[in-house]
Amino acid sequence: MDPARKRRIRLVVALSAALLLAGALAYTSFNASSDAVTPSRLLASATPGRSYQLTGKVVAGSIQDHRDGISFRVRDRTGTAAVPVAYSGTVPDTFRDGREIIITVRKHGSGYAGERDSLITKCPSKFSDKPATPAGSQT
Amino acid sequence: MAIVGRACLLIALGLCVYGAGASIRGARTGDEAWIASGRRALFAVAGVVAIAFVILEVAFLHSDFHYTVVATHSSTTTPWYYRMAAMWSSQEGSLLLWMFLLTAWSSVAMLVIGRRMRDVVPYATAVLLGFGAFFASLLIFTAQPFARVALAPTEGTGLNPLLRHPSMMIHPVMLYSGYTLFAVPFAFAIGALIVRRVDSEWIRATRFYTLGAWLALSIGVLLGARWSYAELGWGGYWAWDPVENASLLPWLTGTAFLHSAMVQEKRGMLKVWNASLVLATGILCIIGTFLVRSGILDSIHAFVQEGNAIAWSFTSLICVLIVVSVYLVVSRRGDALRSEATLDSALSREAIFLANNVVLVAIAFVVFWGTFFPLISEAVTGTKSAVGPPWFDQYIVPLALVLVLLTGIGPVVAWRRSTFARLWLQMRGPVVVAVLVTVLALALTDAAHNLKAVALFAIASFAISIAVQELWRGTRARQAMTGSGPARAFVTLIARNRRRYGGYVVHIGIAVMFVGVAASTAFQHKQIVRLRPSQSATVGGYRFTYLKPTARIEQRAGELERISLGSKIRVTKDGKLVTVLSPNRGYYPVNAPFVGVLTRYFEGDSTSEIGLKAGAVRDLWIAQRPDIASLTPIIKQGDALFARAAKAGLPRATQAVLLGQALRGLVRRYETHAPPAQFTILVSPMVFWLWIGALILVAGGLTAAWPSGGGGVRDRVRSSTSARVARDLGRAPATS
Repeated sequence: MDPARKRRIRLVVALSAALLLAGALAYTSFNASSDAVTPSRLLASATPGRSYQLTGKVVAGSIQDHRDGISFRVRDRTGTAAVPVAYSGTVPDTFRDGREIIITVRKHGSGYAGERDSLITKCPSKFSDKPATPAGSQT
Repeated sequence: MAIVGRACLLIALGLCVYGAGASIRGARTGDEAWIASGRRALFAVAGVVAIAFVILEVAFLHSDFHYTVVATHSSTTTPWYYRMAAMWSSQEGSLLLWMFLLTAWSSVAMLVIGRRMRDVVPYATAVLLGFGAFFASLLIFTAQPFARVALAPTEGTGLNPLLRHPSMMIHPVMLYSGYTLFAVPFAFAIGALIVRRVDSEWIRATRFYTLGAWLALSIGVLLGARWSYAELGWGGYWAWDPVENASLLPWLTGTAFLHSAMVQEKRGMLKVWNASLVLATGILCIIGTFLVRSGILDSIHAFVQEGNAIAWSFTSLICVLIVVSVYLVVSRRGDALRSEATLDSALSREAIFLANNVVLVAIAFVVFWGTFFPLISEAVTGTKSAVGPPWFDQYIVPLALVLVLLTGIGPVVAWRRSTFARLWLQMRGPVVVAVLVTVLALALTDAAHNLKAVALFAIASFAISIAVQELWRGTRARQAMTGSGPARAFVTLIARNRRRYGGYVVHIGIAVMFVGVAASTAFQHKQIVRLRPSQSATVGGYRFTYLKPTARIEQRAGELERISLGSKIRVTKDGKLVTVLSPNRGYYPVNAPFVGVLTRYFEGDSTSEIGLKAGAVRDLWIAQRPDIASLTPIIKQGDALFARAAKAGLPRATQAVLLGQALRGLVRRYETHAPPAQFTILVSPMVFWLWIGALILVAGGLTAAWPSGGGGVRDRVRSSTSARVARDLGRAPATS
């Protein structure tokens, strides 16, 4: 076969494979993804049965231990809108009052059920809201 | 000393700008004096940045809380070795570490290869100094490590307990060494493209740094995985978190480059591909740093809130790098990057390397897509969405299977052209091993319900057998040639062609790691249970019994470091004692005066110390989450009493004595009236082999990256003869 033609065929095959992979990635990722939402958005527009990636802060004093897991409330980073979440699964070491968390939830009755082992907590020392500069800073 | 540190950074910025300008001027005019001056500027930058680095390290070691960054990331109760590492737990210290490693490695590279490729070197110097200028600017204008306060606090916040793990002292240094070492081949590639000298010389000149970068990145990623397994209390080692993925991306493209570079060296092919790969790897290193530092994606590891100034700086740098790289590759595509040969056969080593590259790049693309999907979806639909581990697994698992298979086939396929008959001669032994492993796995274990894992066992055993066979044949060939014993022949075989046989050892390590990953994910038993003392739970055939609670106060340098609440867990199988595990959770005091006197010892960070019985067959892993709610009323009562005592003017010394008694009382109370605790229990088969594979990989990487001594050409000739003899031995009848 003419080498130039051979090269063209190889290029077409390679590009087709790449396009196929890219198409599959795009299709499955949009299908399998969960919307990242804040508690206030969840309160406004949650659809039963659909999963959401909820991001917010754990309301102080809201964590309760139960036989089959824990429950707590998650509020907006800034603001007071909060949603109740029931969760069973691994609880990260860093999980506690006031911590910023990400959890996959579904609407369940009047509250939200957290997907098993989906709770992650932002690593506190590696996470800092612009550290408060003590008085007398010379920077 | 802070002012000296700041001055060092200012001088470094000035030197970077000057050096880059001098190098470019030298390159344009051919004036050696300007080129040498640019190179000296790079050495000087390394010197002043090293001074700045040492000043900040000394501040951490001396707990000098006048430095804001020390006060917010260290404390006097933090052990000295963790105080050193605390520096890079901060944004500022971390960026300074990046700059320090970049300038140090760049200087080493210029010292060693600065006098080769005289036309390329000045541009490479300018690129490296350009990176230096970028990071110096960040350290001067955005994340200032030498910011000070007039009135230093008496105590610092302390290093996050989660980071108090030996891996965490080395993990960031290794990752950053990988990133910054990759800057060297990146810079040389840019230089080579500018001067249109894209032969194999720049690849050979920077090979050591590419291998070093790959090795450092491998060690960094693996240490991160180990830390996650041992410290984070969830029992996993990889979660497809954006920050983890960020370090994996350059590793994948770097691995692809290490293979395809051999094709260019051997056949003068894949020049566009190699240039693109090394440029992509360099840019991915910057993207990795950007992802960690900008907080643009939600991650457990994000350092800062999104929308900060650093994000914009990094975005600008990445855009510039992409535009320059694309321009250089596209503009040189027709001439300097033209291939010197074409692919002779689909059954040749270069074709297998190309296939391996395609798979590695496909994996990198999947990881990139999944990692950045929140941004992609926001751009397309206006809503940020994210994909989870199952999405990654559905693509990565089949691609990994193909990759391991190619890892096995590659070493036995000849360059240019091979035949199926010849290939079968080389592969029949390993194929038999793979079939045996599959049959044994299906017959002796319950692996039948996870065929993907069985396929991986078979393919991994095939790849391991091929690599072992190659090492065995090489050793026999050397024995035949030199008459030495097997051990000596084996050592000299590897010593004389470290890159090749080091690579085979890496292949073994990767395959062993895949076996560990497949077994520990597919056949893991996990349960989260709530137990009272004397209650039991059965997981994976093992009975875990909560024998008794434990509690103790741990001190360091006369100060309370943490309160540790844990348990003794007896593990039995079929009534026989296997081990006794002691998981606990350490509560570190929070340095906040507005929190109650007793509460502060339970309100700070807490971290799990897991109970682990590691073994070649399975790991027994347990983490505990004590319920301290029952102590809360007593703690609150104590807070109120201490507040009244302070108000009444009780002497501080008396208060301290009473506080000690109160804490000891609380600890005793937990031991005598232990509430139920939550335990996460894992029985993970063969996870041990993940770490063994990692060690083999590092050993192979070290072997391959180790600089060769003198007689390179002679050794290469001898080893190619050995390889030929080894291939002949492979073709000979088994009895020969």
